[in-house]
Amino acid sequence: MAYLPQTEHEVRAMLAAIGVPDVDSLFAAIPPDLRLKRSLNLRPALSELELTQHLEELASENQATHQFTCFLGGGVYDHFIPAVVDFVASRSEFYTSYTPYQPEVSQGNLQAFFEYQTLITQLTGMDVSNASLYDGASALAEAVLMALGAQAGRRRVLIPENVHPEYRAVVSTYLQHVAADIVVLPAPEGVLQPQTLHHALEQGDTACVVIQQPNFFGCVESAGRLAEATHQAGAILIAVIDPISLGILRRPGDFGADIVVAEGQSLGLPMMWGGPYLGILACRETFLRRLPGRLVGQTVDRRGNRCWVLTLQTREQHIRREKATSNICTNQGLMALRATVYLAAMGPRGLRRVAEACFQKAHRLHRQLCEDAGFKPLFSAPFFKEFAVQAGSSDEVAALLEGAEHEGFFAGLPLGRWYPQHGDAFLIAVTEKRTEQEMDHLVTILNNLRQTR
Amino acid sequence: MRNREATQLIFELSQPGSGEEYLPAVGVSEVELASLLPAEELASHLPPLPEVSEPVLIRHFINLSQQNMSVDTHFYPLGSCTMKYNPKRNDRLAQLPGFQNLHPYQPEDTVQGLLKALHCLQEMLAEIAGMDAVTLQPAAGAHGELTALLIAAAYFRHRGEHRNTVLIPDVAHGTNPASAAMAGFRTVEVKSNAHGLVDLDDLQGKLNHQTAVFMITNPNTLGLFETQIRRIADMVHEVGGLVYMDGANMNAMLGIVRPGDCGADMMHFNPHKTFSGPHGGGGPGAGPVAVKKHLADFLPIPVIMERSPGRFVLDDNRPLSIGKVRSFYGNIGVLLRAYAYIRTQGPEGLSRVSQRAVLNANYLLSQVRNIIPVPYGTRCMHEFVASALKIKTSRGISAMDIAKRLLDYGFHAPTVYFPLVVKEALMIEPTETESKATLDAFVEVLRLIMQEPAELVHEAPHTTPISRPDEVQAARKPILKWTPVERSSAG
Repeated sequence: MAYLPQTEHEVRAMLAAIGVPDVDSLFAAIPPDLRLKRSLNLRPALSELELTQHLEELASENQATHQFTCFLGGGVYDHFIPAVVDFVASRSEFYTSYTPYQPEVSQGNLQAFFEYQTLITQLTGMDVSNASLYDGASALAEAVLMALGAQAGRRRVLIPENVHPEYRAVVSTYLQHVAADIVVLPAPEGVLQPQTLHHALEQGDTACVVIQQPNFFGCVESAGRLAEATHQAGAILIAVIDPISLGILRRPGDFGADIVVAEGQSLGLPMMWGGPYLGILACRETFLRRLPGRLVGQTVDRRGNRCWVLTLQTREQHIRREKATSNICTNQGLMALRATVYLAAMGPRGLRRVAEACFQKAHRLHRQLCEDAGFKPLFSAPFFKEFAVQAGSSDEVAALLEGAEHEGFFAGLPLGRWYPQHGDAFLIAVTEKRTEQEMDHLVTILNNLRQTR
Repeated sequence: MRNREATQLIFELSQPGSGEEYLPAVGVSEVELASLLPAEELASHLPPLPEVSEPVLIRHFINLSQQNMSVDTHFYPLGSCTMKYNPKRNDRLAQLPGFQNLHPYQPEDTVQGLLKALHCLQEMLAEIAGMDAVTLQPAAGAHGELTALLIAAAYFRHRGEHRNTVLIPDVAHGTNPASAAMAGFRTVEVKSNAHGLVDLDDLQGKLNHQTAVFMITNPNTLGLFETQIRRIADMVHEVGGLVYMDGANMNAMLGIVRPGDCGADMMHFNPHKTFSGPHGGGGPGAGPVAVKKHLADFLPIPVIMERSPGRFVLDDNRPLSIGKVRSFYGNIGVLLRAYAYIRTQGPEGLSRVSQRAVLNANYLLSQVRNIIPVPYGTRCMHEFVASALKIKTSRGISAMDIAKRLLDYGFHAPTVYFPLVVKEALMIEPTETESKATLDAFVEVLRLIMQEPAELVHEAPHTTPISRPDEVQAARKPILKWTPVERSSAG
């Protein structure tokens, strides 16, 4: 079946109507010396069948998590995706539409994004949410820029080392040309100690403090106390959160966060080797005019019907150009739709159940590994669904993970890549999908590998 | 046709207790939460999310979907957005479990098939761009712009040069100046001449030793090829600056002319436009950046490399890199669709895509200009900009009125009021995937609209679920979320 719908006969008719002899004449504006005088050096075209066979072969050269058992986390999790999420997101009318520039023929998207914004405020306890950004890391960078803008004259951005290393890297990239100093706070016990923060804040000049709850190591922070200390110093608290954890943990709006950032992948998005994902950004009303990205607002049409439109666009690049709050153009529409359907499908009790399943299973595996199998936990702080354990050395970590891989397990994430001081430890994440059998099997494998070393 | 499930918000459809159970009971011996977590960090109540049964949920969202126009249902000539048809095979293949179920931190040796595809995509994009190296990491076109400008800043810093200015034509997309500002540059606007192209005298006057980058969209947003592009690039290079090409309009020139051969040092692609990634109601997109050799060391980390034949690695060890611009490696789902698209088109197919896109645009131009004036040029590349100024003056019918009335006839509107250099602009991009019959029908409807009573057009659309929402009220008193109606205590 042809991809291009014009027949040769039609092409001739169109050329005649334009008044040119051939298609090439339409490119007369391009100086001949700039034209490519050869074909592109690309492989010849594949038919649909050949493409299918080719990509199925490439896919089979990967070891995916439907064949392997995944205990990997670090910001991306193997959560269950209800069928309704894929079904709604694959509707052509959502899938092949674009930014709702014409609200009369985009109420479906606009209403869905309005529902997304509402769901995110319900989930986080914040006043407003935008219609989404690219991913958690770039959302954090945007949040830090918002905070710096709101705190004119203050330069310091405090970020503990237990915030996701890739998020910190992205913040550094975004702040390269901004008058700001990033100060990384130590967290040798896994969590950020309130006195460490107090001490750092005493030096003054702090625009914002970033915390992650639960943090990169999975530990639960004393978020309320950290918020209090931050506010006493007149700084803004940015909290990076795991949306699933809010089935159990206190909402950031309730512990005092001013801006909330999250990776939305857990909310019904496939892992897809890192993207596309969903950058969640919500804040207190005070920061509304500094929000980057699309916002959908409610209004009425000329007949008095309730309806939705893109609003407060004077913040955005197509109006404000170099003075915009960000350069971001569209939102992450289809991913926001997935999160909307996921949250609506799960509801409060479903979210609670996912969170509890993650929590209980993670703690069961922790008990098995640390109490029965003799692994040493890296930290003693309370945790949600992810925890780090120590082996004897970084070599042993590598050997354990490789050995487990041979048995069909992605057993964990070695921490040495970002934390040389924790080179002998690895991070294990447990979602609601993991079964007792899988956990028992993992413990057996790790035990055996240890004994044969 | 609008039923309760479509007009009500999901929150208004909520029935406490009706939520669906998607998970079994936990199934492991449970411990008391409070014994393992600090009491003050525990939620005191559940988030107030809605509770709906699955049939209600599906009926709601499917009804919502039916209120959208989309490429699969309607002609969508939204200028500069390249709303082309997306072959379904690409969606199916990008969602193979062997791609979809990959964790970004699983070992490199377990994702060799994916890395092979992505590495090949890097090479194909470099060839199409006429450049040397590619990063797939940026999440969207604007993100690609930011990435490229950070690369330029790092390049000049490395050379010990202090250059703080980015020059941008007045017809450029708003993301260009916004990206420049985020990368720490001052922006200076360059005027267009009477032909809608860059005014070389104005450019010459603004180029100096402070110039870091000249950003140019080619073809520009008027749908015109910048015939002097080589001269422009030489002028920028003479003062030591770099040329950035915004690839938003690459659909006009695949395999016909390459940005690298025109003198550009770097560019971004929009795979969701040019290479048929679905637009998804606003995203996800992707924004791969291609650069010439002298900028390759500054690309974001990691870069996918073929270390030995058939063995692909993620190279993090690049001391001059600008760092990371997002988490992980890019919008893989979108990039795989681009890979599939390029592989099924092949070199001849890609050129034919651009030929047909330009043919369709010129055919439409030849018909539309008899109905609505097109101020710049009798020919165009992939799109053109008509102006409703005359009919606005004579009959009071604006570009927006025409756009709204088109909706009644089942056509999505063109982009309106952009670029700013054309008054009452209607920016029309048909793409290569529309048939002559569709274009003819569109032209007939335009002709009809011009003859309709002005009041009828003013009040359009008449057949859509809503009409002319009050945007002023939306901005003046922002309602950005649903809130439950307070029940009166008096009853």
